[in-house]
Amino acid sequence: MSNEQSILSIPISPETHKDVWVYAEVRHDNLIPTVFELLFLGKKLAADLNEKLCAVIIGKNVSQHAQTLIDHGADKVYAIEHDHLEQFVDETYAKLLTDLLLKEKPNKLLLPASTIGRSFGSRVAVQANTGITADATELSINKEKGGLLNATRPSFGGTLMATILCVRGHRPETATVRPMTFPRATPEPGRKGDVVKVPVDLSGFKPRERHIRFEPEVSQEIDISQATIIISGGYGVGGANGFNALHDLAKTLGGAVGASRRAVDSGWISYRHQIGLTGRVVRPKLYIAAGISGQIQHLAGMNSAETIVCINKDPEAPLMKLATLSVQGDLFEILPAINKELQKCGFGAK
Amino acid sequence: MHILTCIKQTPATDNVQIDAVTGTLKREGMAAAINPFDEYAIEEAVRIKERVGGDTKVSCLTMGPPQAEEALRDAIARGADAGFHVCGREFAGADTWATSYALFKAIEKISKEVSPVDLVICGKQTNDGDTGHIGPGLAAWLTWPNVAYVRKVEDIKSNGTGQGGTIVVHRLMEDGIDVLEMDLPAVIAVIKEINEPRVPSLKGKMAGKKAVIPRWDAAALNISLDHVGLKGSPTIVSKSFRPSMKTGGTRIEGNSPEEKARKLVEKLKELKVI
Ligand SMILES: Cc1cc2nc3c(=O)[nH]c(=O)nc-3n(C[C@H](O)[C@H](O)[C@H](O)COP(=O)(O)OP(=O)(O)OC[C@H]3O[C@@H](n4cnc5c(N)ncnc54)[C@H](O)[C@@H]3O)c2cc1C
Repeated sequence: MSNEQSILSIPISPETHKDVWVYAEVRHDNLIPTVFELLFLGKKLAADLNEKLCAVIIGKNVSQHAQTLIDHGADKVYAIEHDHLEQFVDETYAKLLTDLLLKEKPNKLLLPASTIGRSFGSRVAVQANTGITADATELSINKEKGGLLNATRPSFGGTLMATILCVRGHRPETATVRPMTFPRATPEPGRKGDVVKVPVDLSGFKPRERHIRFEPEVSQEIDISQATIIISGGYGVGGANGFNALHDLAKTLGGAVGASRRAVDSGWISYRHQIGLTGRVVRPKLYIAAGISGQIQHLAGMNSAETIVCINKDPEAPLMKLATLSVQGDLFEILPAINKELQKCGFGAK
Repeated sequence: MHILTCIKQTPATDNVQIDAVTGTLKREGMAAAINPFDEYAIEEAVRIKERVGGDTKVSCLTMGPPQAEEALRDAIARGADAGFHVCGREFAGADTWATSYALFKAIEKISKEVSPVDLVICGKQTNDGDTGHIGPGLAAWLTWPNVAYVRKVEDIKSNGTGQGGTIVVHRLMEDGIDVLEMDLPAVIAVIKEINEPRVPSLKGKMAGKKAVIPRWDAAALNISLDHVGLKGSPTIVSKSFRPSMKTGGTRIEGNSPEEKARKLVEKLKELKVI
């Protein structure tokens, strides 16, 4: 049977699917923080359905994380463990997870909307013949519709919210969940749960995708996707040196530095810091924008931040009107003054 | 070598209209262009063609309403050699599953009837759907390896038969860069950092105007109507709404930067965000 036929012949039988699964992404030996958000969310969804919460981990030596996952709410952990799985490789990981999904038949599957989760999730969803929602920010159980997953997501650069439903019985209903959206589960040390070591047989499998090397980001700063505080600079920063004022404040607050596209395109800071439609999407608790006008393509990347502070010379700049708190003035005067004030209050002291 | 880019015509970002009945985007009457991310995909394909030389060609594929043909002509103006258009009412309302399936069937047809495809390049995501699911989804149907979020093609070697060669790519990760090698044929999805798209040349524009673009419906692709469009999609949009936009808050006033800073820090403490 061709691959196409085998996907299309996967039976649609929602009644045989049970439990809420969470993909516990491991990156360089650590569970990524979003996993704990997924456990928080998954626990709630599982309770509403009166089903179990399960976590699945893939990698080398990953069963060391099983108890952590159980402590944080998982009732059962599936560990897909093999020495050849040290690095994430789409093709291999997708095959192993798909095989497990088809065998164990979960009802819902949540993945982090990380680089890995977003690309891996969509491959798995097709292979398992199911529907997937990308980058959801609100998830709940739809009781009127027999327990379907309401997955709500921003689209069109955040100008439109859409609630997606998997109405034709495909399972598991799958969603990737935007990082920094939910609280992290609190641990209950010593909680009991089952650990299932999934047998991995890669003998007949010839991977056509190989991980060659990892080049770590040299900067010691936190990545913007995991930062609770982001200080972001735009064209008003005026040059690469101008970003020093932002780095200083980020250091004091334990935050990360972001940027608008104009600042990135001007060559003042690297692309990984770009926030917005063609950059990255962030959801910090506090977003401080300095010298950013707030065009719609920039807002697409940060408008779900909890608190937005805008510092701009121009009181009419669009972001000055949207921000929770706006400060009119020269960023080169305001930012150092904020930094000093914070240091006075004891921030940034080691 | 045969490189194929998947592109989409999308509306300009700042003017969204929702169909009250279906809850999906109203596309009629909106200014439309090539999805900005797909411009990087086209550019990268053309650059690989220039690098590899020989009889390398670049094809573009889109699924969309009749007017989406303009996007293919625009892609040819930017250096692609041929365009293929999946088009028919039956495709309307497709989710990422049904879209990737239809594109897969078209790629199969192109590989069989034109020449075998060695590499598929997609943009990172579209500016209207924002999912980033089509590249990896296509790879699942094709059973090819794939890497998304590619910021650089380090090396590519092909023997031009759709059946051999390798590609080395850099994937932008949260904590650095993963370098991966794949056997061809393969699928990649590229990010903005990968290149600076060129503007269409006059010669390109002429070629775009003249190009004969085949149009395929579900029957031409041998797809059952159960697997296309809204009817064939596992997911539906059950409702759309505008998010409650933040309508602005407090202006921090003060006579000096120091006073403003002090008041701001006080407020941030009150809000418990620091
Ligand atoms: C398809 C597409 C995709 C895009 N994607 C993105 C994206 O992902 N991210 C993104 O950010 N943009 C994106 N853009 C670009 C976007 O439209 C804007 O051009 C960009 O966001 C503007 O950046 P800016 O606010 O830094 O610059 P400007 O709009 O030039 O604003 C600079 C601001 O700095 C203020 N200023 C100047 N000096 C000072 C000072 N000393 N102190 C205080 N304030 C000062 C000015 O008053 C002004 O408001 C995209 C555009 C398109 C068409």
